[in-house]
Amino acid sequence: MAKADGMSAAPVLEVRGLSKAFGGVRAVDDVHFAVSSGELLAMIGPNGAGKSTCFNMLNGQLRPDAGTVMLERRSIVGLPPRQIWRLGVGRTFQITATFVSMTVRENVQMALISHHRRLGSLLPRASSLHVAEADALLERVAMRDQAERVCGVLAYGDLKRVELAVALANEPRLLLMDEPTAGMAPKERIQLMELTARLARERGIAVLFTEHDMDVVFGHADRVIVLDRGRLIAEGTPAEVRADPQVQAVYLGTGAMYGHDA
Amino acid sequence: MTFASFIAQLLNGLAGASSLFMVAAGLSLIFGVTRIVNFAHGSLYMLGLYGAYTLLEGLVTPLFAFGGFGRTSLGFWAAVVLSALLVGLVGVAIEVLILRRIYHAPELFQLLATFAVVLVIKDIALAIWGPEDLVGPRAPGLDSTVVILDRHVPQYDLALIVIAPLVLLALWLALTRTRWGALVRAATQDREMVGALGVNEAWLFTGVFFIGSVLAGLGGALQLPREPAHLGLDLALIADAFVVTVVGGLGSVPGAFLAAILIGVVKAFCVAIGTQEFVGLEVSFSRLTLVVEFLVMAVVLIVRPYGLLGRPPATQRLAAESASPPRLPRWPAWAPALVLLALVPLAMPSDRYLLVLLTDIFIFALFAVSLHVLMGPSGMVSFGHAAYFGIAAYAAALMLKRAALPMEVSLLLAPVAAGGFALLFGWFCVRLSGVYLAMLTLAFAQIAWSVIFQWDSFTGGSNGMIGIWPPSWLASKSAYYWLALALCALGIAFLWRMLYAPFGYSLRAGRDSPLRAEAIGINVRRQQWFAFTVAGALAGLAGGLYAFSKGSISPELSSIAQSTDALVMVLLGGVQTLTGPVAGAGVFTWLKDELARHTEFWRAMLGLVILALVLLFPQGIAGGARLLWDRLPWRRQTA
Amino acid sequence: MATTPDAAWRPPMLQVEGLHAYYGRAHILADVSFAASAGDVLALLGRNGAGKSTTLKSIMGLVRPAAGSVVFEGERIDGLAPYRIARLGLGFVPEDRRIFTDLSVMENLEVGRQKQRGDGPLWTPERLFELFPNLGRMKDRPGGRMSGGEQQMLTIARTLMGNPRCVLLDEPSEGLAPLIVEQMAAAIRALRAEGLCVILSEQNLHFSSQLADRAVIVEKGRIRFAGTMDALRAEPAVREQYLSV
Repeated sequence: MAKADGMSAAPVLEVRGLSKAFGGVRAVDDVHFAVSSGELLAMIGPNGAGKSTCFNMLNGQLRPDAGTVMLERRSIVGLPPRQIWRLGVGRTFQITATFVSMTVRENVQMALISHHRRLGSLLPRASSLHVAEADALLERVAMRDQAERVCGVLAYGDLKRVELAVALANEPRLLLMDEPTAGMAPKERIQLMELTARLARERGIAVLFTEHDMDVVFGHADRVIVLDRGRLIAEGTPAEVRADPQVQAVYLGTGAMYGHDA
Repeated sequence: MTFASFIAQLLNGLAGASSLFMVAAGLSLIFGVTRIVNFAHGSLYMLGLYGAYTLLEGLVTPLFAFGGFGRTSLGFWAAVVLSALLVGLVGVAIEVLILRRIYHAPELFQLLATFAVVLVIKDIALAIWGPEDLVGPRAPGLDSTVVILDRHVPQYDLALIVIAPLVLLALWLALTRTRWGALVRAATQDREMVGALGVNEAWLFTGVFFIGSVLAGLGGALQLPREPAHLGLDLALIADAFVVTVVGGLGSVPGAFLAAILIGVVKAFCVAIGTQEFVGLEVSFSRLTLVVEFLVMAVVLIVRPYGLLGRPPATQRLAAESASPPRLPRWPAWAPALVLLALVPLAMPSDRYLLVLLTDIFIFALFAVSLHVLMGPSGMVSFGHAAYFGIAAYAAALMLKRAALPMEVSLLLAPVAAGGFALLFGWFCVRLSGVYLAMLTLAFAQIAWSVIFQWDSFTGGSNGMIGIWPPSWLASKSAYYWLALALCALGIAFLWRMLYAPFGYSLRAGRDSPLRAEAIGINVRRQQWFAFTVAGALAGLAGGLYAFSKGSISPELSSIAQSTDALVMVLLGGVQTLTGPVAGAGVFTWLKDELARHTEFWRAMLGLVILALVLLFPQGIAGGARLLWDRLPWRRQTA
Repeated sequence: MATTPDAAWRPPMLQVEGLHAYYGRAHILADVSFAASAGDVLALLGRNGAGKSTTLKSIMGLVRPAAGSVVFEGERIDGLAPYRIARLGLGFVPEDRRIFTDLSVMENLEVGRQKQRGDGPLWTPERLFELFPNLGRMKDRPGGRMSGGEQQMLTIARTLMGNPRCVLLDEPSEGLAPLIVEQMAAAIRALRAEGLCVILSEQNLHFSSQLADRAVIVEKGRIRFAGTMDALRAEPAVREQYLSV
């Protein structure tokens, strides 16, 4: 049954014919794409184009009406988010989601405890488990010096990096990042995306992200796909997509609002 | 069952549903806009009923200028409407004097305040109307019956069946066709934004509270010809109204209507079926009426977690939030206290009163801490935690008396039984969150209470059970004191330790961000289910200890009042700290005991104390202290 | 772009003086002062968490300032309830939009409706639909079934229904597609043309520099720069330090 061409670098994530309708409206309509190891793929499109719906079908929040989602040739359709995570999919959220009553280190420890399947333990102190491993992850995102701080008081850009460390805790094969740089200052955006790109290349992680900041998209993505009204309307390198008249008409506009800060 | 008897029961059920709909619609409206679960809504219903009674009495007395007016049809309806409007004013007073001051307090504190109002109103009613049931007159002009399918159906019932849809229509038009309605629906979602757009939301809230209270009063007043006014109506009605509101969907008035009818019909059906035989087993369906609404609710919530016409709320937080994790008490803090407590019976062996009071406090401390595990770190508020306390007490008593097991074994099996039921009920409860979860826990507690209350042959029914005493080695007050101290301290220590273990952390993770918790592989629901079971089992240990300390038990142990006692203990002490619930249990148990010994109106006193605390420390006692501390000028720092 | 009006000869419409605000123990605003007049577009710049939102919320009465004063058209408004401030003619557009999702477009506008005041512009749904043609095509659609861009337009339209003379816009370009951001910019220019005073809180320097005459940079609750946009353009070090551009 296995395909013959499976020997070469098969994509980490392969999506085909993905569709979802809400009350007759086709939110996502026959979308297909693939992301390879070490690659950064940006998904862009107007507000309401179906990006969030698409993301939520990949991470298990929503069940697609049709289509296949293969993670390293294994179908993940219909699995709940926690199982998809166990198969190697890390996520960061558009609005940061951390455990605000815990310290930075404890947030990472939580992911490690789950990774090592110790969630049911009733007696050991959670804060004394996997400390070295947690600190190593925090080191990688340059948050080691803030390990003792409670997440509730962190600056926004720092929270985004904590999320990245948490997402890396189970050695993911795929990172799903929903507007990873929203709400950050230009320089912070560049730093976070450079960090992401470096981690992706070093560890062969495939990265799929959505973003409205075109400087980030055109500056850091290897490839770009464009959704409009649920359909895939363009795909290619940043330069190709930027020059596409249809993309300009529905999404990019005149270009007056980006491309000057960097 | 004949068709005719079913129709007769159905009409009876629908007539009852009419009032229930009005109360529930009012509750729903108030919750929608103010986000306050108004525990006092049943009390407003009760006041409506008492008020209509007194107004009619007043109007028929010859002393009064209108002598005889109360016996006319117009007089009757005037009394009903006037009573409803007066209840509306009571509602306005509650809103303006109390709730308006605490809209920014945690939701649980608002709940606590409305519960205090329940206590106060109950005692005011006791003072005015006395403890006896008051039976109202029939409605003049509607006091005969109509023959439908050979059955006599009261005219008044038919009138009620007509009134409810009219009220629904009026409410629906007001909500969807007027500017006021648009403002109310907007405020339901985001009251702050409504204010920022130039709407005086304080008056909007007061208006909504008035309408909601009028509806409760009307529901009560309309029942005057059908049921006697009595002091137990407040909590009985609030449980029913919660069920209807939740089944219909919080905030949905048409949903409340549908739910009231559904429950009315199902109840009528149960009565009409009566006792039936199934494969040799006799099942009394008419007895089911006390619990059937809770069964309906459980089924509806499992199929539609937000009720028939409800939608998932944008923000749903009934959880007690804490920004920073509570600290585990270190041994220098607790060890001396424990030693001192252990020495009490040696120092004061003759003070039986003190030993009994302290034993009670230990038991309730464990009970409160087990509830705190749910409310604090797990983010699940239970309105029905007494279910497990009561079930365990009965399990212990039944094993001792009916199974003739030794007391020691019975005591150990009590938490197992409670845990078993918590496992069963919890499976349903953790599927919900916020207010819906709280209501479902209440429903299960009410089911437990009803079964205990009605199963005369097994549980002794309303009489309870007596003669549940420990063996001779534990017979002395001192010995039992030490046993309670040891077991409660162990139970509390276990729960605290658990909260700092990976399991407890995963609970906090699920509370802080369910999205993130699921995204790192935590099965939030399963962790919560397990926590629910553990909390139930330890509440059960407390319940078992309680049964043997008193020697007698009654269905009261799993009542709503018992559940709210535990809530009050946790909230008074503060959810943010681990020791808060212990302190709260101590203060509350002592205070209740003191007040009950000195005044007949101890409920009102307790209510006033709670209100004072809530108004003075809207962030909770612990939160209030922290706030004062932070306000000190030298504590302020630049962020 | 229109020339910057000379504000020297008239009193400012909105004057913020020495504003301090706390969340619990955290000092969010420290001595924030600025002023703006009718027809001004003032950009409040700074990083996420710098205190921009808190400043706008303090003006609107949604956060109670610990010290300082806010004067609007000669009247002190600090300490007033938000609805009173709104009725005086201040409009607030929050960053997270806060559309009433259960209400239709028309109902959302109805909630925002207030009487016309003074000589200010009178906004009607028809006029707003000229400004935001998309909204006119979905009058009965519930707010919850609109895209992010449409919601952002509805938030602004809803605020304009109150006929404000000064509008506080909190991050109007955040999270929107570039094409929608261009439409937002056009709408803000239209407001300015009506003679409204616009306070714009933004992280997006590029967006604000095309709209605002003056800029105030906030960092850790303090004002670090105040001046014209041109002056800010001439200060790369300031931009680098406080906006990490």
